[in-house]
Amino acid sequence: MIVGMVLFGFIAGFTLFAVYSERKIAGFVQDRLGPMETGKHGALQTVADILKLIQKEFITPAAADKILFVAAPVVIFIAVFLGFAVMPWAPGLAPSALNLGLFYVIAIISVDAIGLLMAGWGSNNKFSLLGSMRAVAQIVSYEIPSGLALISAVMITQTLNMQEIVVNQGIASEEALRFLGLWDVSGIGGLLAWNVFQAPHLLIAYVIFFIASLAECNRAPFDIPEAESELVGGFHTEYGGLRFAFVFLAEYALMFLVAMIGVVVFLGGWNTPLPNIGAVRLADWTTGWVWGIFWTLSKTLLIVGIQMWIRWTLPRLRADQLMSLCWKVLTPLAFLCMAISGIWRIGVMV
Amino acid sequence: MFKIALQAFITAAKGLAITLAHLFGARRSREVLDVRKDDYFDKQTGVTTVQFPREKMPIPEVARYQLDVEIDDCIVCDLCAKACPVDCITIESIKATDVIGKTSDGSVKRLYAAQFDIDMAKCMYCGLCTVVCPTECITMTDQYDRSMTNLAELTYSFAEMTPSEIEEKKREWTKFQAEKEAAKRK
Repeated sequence: MIVGMVLFGFIAGFTLFAVYSERKIAGFVQDRLGPMETGKHGALQTVADILKLIQKEFITPAAADKILFVAAPVVIFIAVFLGFAVMPWAPGLAPSALNLGLFYVIAIISVDAIGLLMAGWGSNNKFSLLGSMRAVAQIVSYEIPSGLALISAVMITQTLNMQEIVVNQGIASEEALRFLGLWDVSGIGGLLAWNVFQAPHLLIAYVIFFIASLAECNRAPFDIPEAESELVGGFHTEYGGLRFAFVFLAEYALMFLVAMIGVVVFLGGWNTPLPNIGAVRLADWTTGWVWGIFWTLSKTLLIVGIQMWIRWTLPRLRADQLMSLCWKVLTPLAFLCMAISGIWRIGVMV
Repeated sequence: MFKIALQAFITAAKGLAITLAHLFGARRSREVLDVRKDDYFDKQTGVTTVQFPREKMPIPEVARYQLDVEIDDCIVCDLCAKACPVDCITIESIKATDVIGKTSDGSVKRLYAAQFDIDMAKCMYCGLCTVVCPTECITMTDQYDRSMTNLAELTYSFAEMTPSEIEEKKREWTKFQAEKEAAKRK
């Protein structure tokens, strides 16, 4: 119960921070200032937005399917929120270190596709329906390369337990860690022990996972479903007030969640990037509860920052280009990575 | 296929580099430069926002913004109201029995201005009224920042006659007319 409330509080706080920083980053990238009026340099802008959304009336379109319309934001948000249950934040600190952690996370965030469909259909609005159809097509297609990239990593880590995946990327590991499969860095830890560097093809797998996760979140350049200039709001056109706030919260929570999955599986999770150099045992000094949370947060926020940077740079992909990218480029590459993982595991990591 | 994908990555990387440069370039703000200088286009980085109520862009002294009427110089000829394309000037005049006075440039005043309203909300800042005015009493000032919450406050009244004065002058004129009529019939 308390863990749930802490996680919800964290998600809400993160969204406050993320929306503000997104607007400021968008402003600076476009040579303008972003929010400046509410609070010092606009820091209270998101708080004002949340307060506005909370006090709005619950409007349901007359011809909308009442049950689906009301249930959709709930489904979307809960699916994403439940994904946080297995994420490891520090050594020994995970709400629930399931043995199937990774499998559970991927499965549960797929449930939000149902919520999207419910929103689009229940709105009784052509644009919403179109938006949600595109959203679901996109999410379902991009799960393939995303899942395959994760499988490539799992073949190396030999476990689906998120906490163990992280433990095996640092100095606390029980297995021998080999940088690029050659140099034994088990005692050195740090940057060299991360999965992306232990098996170099995992770097490609991580890039595939990152791109696929952008598409899962409906973030630019894959934001056809909520293409503001084309479909008004896509599947969330008819939503306003608290229901819209939940959809919005779910979007930012999902951004954080997929960034965190990437960080945990590929970039060392709560492990430090500082190696033990001889007597200067930086890795030992910078691993622990507080350090673990710090490293997790900073790595994930860096990835979220890169997601925002990409949003304000790249133009939107057309629906067919999006599908073509997924099926013709990412999926074959992901299969290749999986094959290399198999060979690596048998040939190199005996 | 791979050539296209590679090309896509390269162009995406170039775009990201530009965006990152702008992101870090936003530490500085661009100053307002004189457009006549040779190096006007040199400074390409920096935030361009002018945070309006607190910072203002400089405007020339001869800027053509809101209208101002020097009512003592007005001979109430009604040319400005006739010239206005959007009919934002409303003038009501009362004939005076004799010369009232002189304007600053020597023209003789024979009409009282009972009402001289300019609706600034309608004004389109074309300046035609200033062109036709014979005494140059209507001018364009460099004031542009007068926002009101009540639209009616944007109708500027320049006439300075009280209702009792207006009544009095009207009675004087009617009396004068009547006397003239009487003198003619005799």
